[in-house]
Amino acid sequence: MSNQHRKKSIPPKVWAGVVLVAIALALLPFVAAMVGQAWVRILNFAMIYTMLALGLNIVVGFAGLLDLGYIAFYAVGAYVYALLASPHFGVHLPFWVILPMGAGLACIFGVLLGAPTLKLRGDYLAIVTLGFGEIIRIFLNNLNAPVNVTNGPQGVNLIDPFKIGSFSFTRPETLLGVSFSGPQKYYFMLLLLTIGVIVLNLRLQNSRLGRAWEAIREDEVAARAMGINTRNVKLLAFAMGASFGGIAGGLFSATQQFVSPESFGLFESIIVLAMVVLGGMGHIPGVILGALLLTLLPEVLRYTMEPLQMALFGRVLLDAETIRLLVFGIALVAIMLYRPAGLWPSAVRKRELEVKPETP
Amino acid sequence: MDIFLQQLINGLTLGSIYALVALGYTMVYGIIGLINFAHGEVVMIGAMVCLSVVTALLGAHAPLPSVLIILAGLLVAIPVCMTIAYTMEKIAYRPLRKAPRLAPLITAIGMSIILQNAALMIWGRNYLTFPSLIQPTAHELFGASMTDLQMLIVVLAGLLMAGLVFVVQRTRLGMAMRATAQNPQVAGLMGIDIIVVISAAFVIGAALAAVAGLMVMTYYGIAHYYMGFLLGLKAFTAAVLGGIGNLAGAMLGGILLGIIEALGAGYIGDVSNICDFPFLSDSLQQQCAASDGQVSLFGSNYQDVFAFFVLIAVLIFRPSGLLGERVAERA
Amino acid sequence: MSQLTLLTAKGITKRFGGVQALGDVSFTINHGEIYGLIGPNGAGKTSLFNVLTGIYTPDAGSFTFDGEPLDRLKPNEVAERGIARTFQNIRLFQNLSALENVMIGRHVRTKATVFGAVFRDKATVAEEAAIEKRAYELLEYVGVAKRANDLAKHLAYGDQRRLEIARALATEPKLLTLDEPAAGMNATETQALKRLLEDIRRDGTTILLIEHDMKLVMNVCDRVLVLDYGKKIAEGSAAEVQNDPKVIAAYLGGEVTLEKRA
Repeated sequence: MSNQHRKKSIPPKVWAGVVLVAIALALLPFVAAMVGQAWVRILNFAMIYTMLALGLNIVVGFAGLLDLGYIAFYAVGAYVYALLASPHFGVHLPFWVILPMGAGLACIFGVLLGAPTLKLRGDYLAIVTLGFGEIIRIFLNNLNAPVNVTNGPQGVNLIDPFKIGSFSFTRPETLLGVSFSGPQKYYFMLLLLTIGVIVLNLRLQNSRLGRAWEAIREDEVAARAMGINTRNVKLLAFAMGASFGGIAGGLFSATQQFVSPESFGLFESIIVLAMVVLGGMGHIPGVILGALLLTLLPEVLRYTMEPLQMALFGRVLLDAETIRLLVFGIALVAIMLYRPAGLWPSAVRKRELEVKPETP
Repeated sequence: MDIFLQQLINGLTLGSIYALVALGYTMVYGIIGLINFAHGEVVMIGAMVCLSVVTALLGAHAPLPSVLIILAGLLVAIPVCMTIAYTMEKIAYRPLRKAPRLAPLITAIGMSIILQNAALMIWGRNYLTFPSLIQPTAHELFGASMTDLQMLIVVLAGLLMAGLVFVVQRTRLGMAMRATAQNPQVAGLMGIDIIVVISAAFVIGAALAAVAGLMVMTYYGIAHYYMGFLLGLKAFTAAVLGGIGNLAGAMLGGILLGIIEALGAGYIGDVSNICDFPFLSDSLQQQCAASDGQVSLFGSNYQDVFAFFVLIAVLIFRPSGLLGERVAERA
Repeated sequence: MSQLTLLTAKGITKRFGGVQALGDVSFTINHGEIYGLIGPNGAGKTSLFNVLTGIYTPDAGSFTFDGEPLDRLKPNEVAERGIARTFQNIRLFQNLSALENVMIGRHVRTKATVFGAVFRDKATVAEEAAIEKRAYELLEYVGVAKRANDLAKHLAYGDQRRLEIARALATEPKLLTLDEPAAGMNATETQALKRLLEDIRRDGTTILLIEHDMKLVMNVCDRVLVLDYGKKIAEGSAAEVQNDPKVIAAYLGGEVTLEKRA
């Protein structure tokens, strides 16, 4: 929930906490690398998904608009990056040109999707957005004939890595006496961007616009009666959410250096939605928690379940993928039944942050 | 015109299957306002269970005629599906009756994932073929052909739909269902056990779903753990097209959607043929020359898109569907 | 008390399917009045509110507000023009705090855009501070300041009603339309509400009030409009309307005198 109260000077305890977290985050990729570089990559994807989930949180969490096709914006951003920075068309534009382009195109799609759906209620909006997401995926999968735009199911690979000038992010390097692998360089770049996205979201939430979104979520009729132009505000929610999705998509392309329509289906939309809903809808820390859990836990499962089964039974009964999906499905049902507000909802936090505003 | 009638027949067959599944969606939505996301998976389970029974009987060389073998499969599949639907409703939807609408939607999605993966665990990842027990003799019909199987599907679906209408219009349970759909609280006050009515809606829908699963499997010859998702989505589109909550609407919507899809898939190639356009690139001109002047921008691989476009168009322009009532909102 | 007309309604008609909710209703409200709208249940009072505030479009008739017509305006445009409302069934933003509810009321009179939100320029920061300050003042004005940080759904019923009024006042309305603000209140709360309404009038806002509590209506309203079955059956001062036999018949179907206490 938004903390609308004027902040008094931040107490030293909070500063200490922030510094500790900063140190932990800075050391994390090196700790992870000790287990394996793959784990650094997993952390990178966790951050990209966090940005994605925060974007969806604007649409679903703040404005209360149920979007089951959000992955389409991710796909748009990813493919814009892929098509403009790879051998596919032979075009190699720099990231600071393509990322905004991807965000911009995703934003346009967001408005295109939002405009005709403004009158729809909950369930119907969900289904329409689902349909939209599927349409995008089908087009991405089939626009390879007669003219090859997206390279169809094979996807686009050899996407340019992230580069600032001649400083490439995939080469291992030693800076200031510390050696950084490629994924570790990506980690810090993504960490900075993720923090930026979090700050942006916090600012959006604690603003006139953020309050307007929440008003619409709570009671659209009353919001309109209070003078809020619900049409424009809802479109803004779609536009902002889509933009964040587009940026995350571009970063996904730059990080994975390969995209294919497979990564952008309904299931992926559901996972991002689950991150928001299970984490704590509308509550930024909750959504971050949801994103981290849903990206990291499955990987942990994957690395432990099969060896565990080998040790216990001598063979693998259920492959990790199936277990992961089953657990996910059960988690969806269980959390809705027992903690419908999510794992880390906001009302709790709110009571903690009670500060009486000054009276003149 | 040559393919028009053929596609019409194909569409009618497919549409009958959609209609059966759509009835399940519409009954549940009409009574409790929930989109039963997992309904498509129930269809899939019906198909898979039936397949297992049939395969087992054939493997054991049971000296039964094909019809009875298939019937045996159905007789096992239907109760299984009914049980699954009943259990789903009891553990995942009933407790959330009073919760905000998002919660049961999420549990429905969760149930759908659970069922898909349960099927994956039991039947594996591969496409399973349905043994061809019915020889598809085709009959000539004004230049198009209709197989025995297609006729069987259409007729059987029709009978089942008629049966459902009879139950809903002429029996006490049906009346209770209609009353609950109109106003659950008052129905409850009149002595109707809402819980029984809601369970009945789920269970009847599941029975129809099992039959639909068998139909899909025999029509396409294959079964797969993921087959329910797209079918369910299209059937839901059909229900919305006809007017969600309206039985006749679901039937009409199903058949209409099947025909739209079949005609669309049949004609999209011709409609999007770009060989007649000027300003074609060299590679496109080569393709046109090589394929006898037929290069389509959109082929039948875009078939699924039709259903989604229909869905979006209906929800935006006429959300109450073809046969539904317009509901005014009061402040 | 100025005699300038604030709102004129001419011939307002509205049907819902076969039911005529409003039939040719005409009335005027003057600046600085407290104008009551009464009538038996189902008389069309809330429908009139809904037509006035843009939720429904009238089938016939028009409103003129502050000299300008109110034709086919959307609810948010009506609020912009200066008509704010509360709802019969209380429509607060349940999961937001009381303070946030009122702050949202300030939306229509403030300007910060998405860019202001993101970049936090000086003007936006100043506007945010002003919004919070004003919201808190309004909470004090209606008497729920102690509950500023509580979620709206946790407020006592009477406090919720007053919070809704504060939220409506935040939009700086020229006309405040209240739909049964005293519903469910006891005598003490109703007295407090009466004082609040008089304060609001004194501070320059005109009030249109739907009420069933006749004592409150007779004590606080300058003029009253009576509807029955969607039609206007009387309009005048409280005293005139109280003794109008048509009004008495509509409510009670017989002879009765309403008690008035100063």
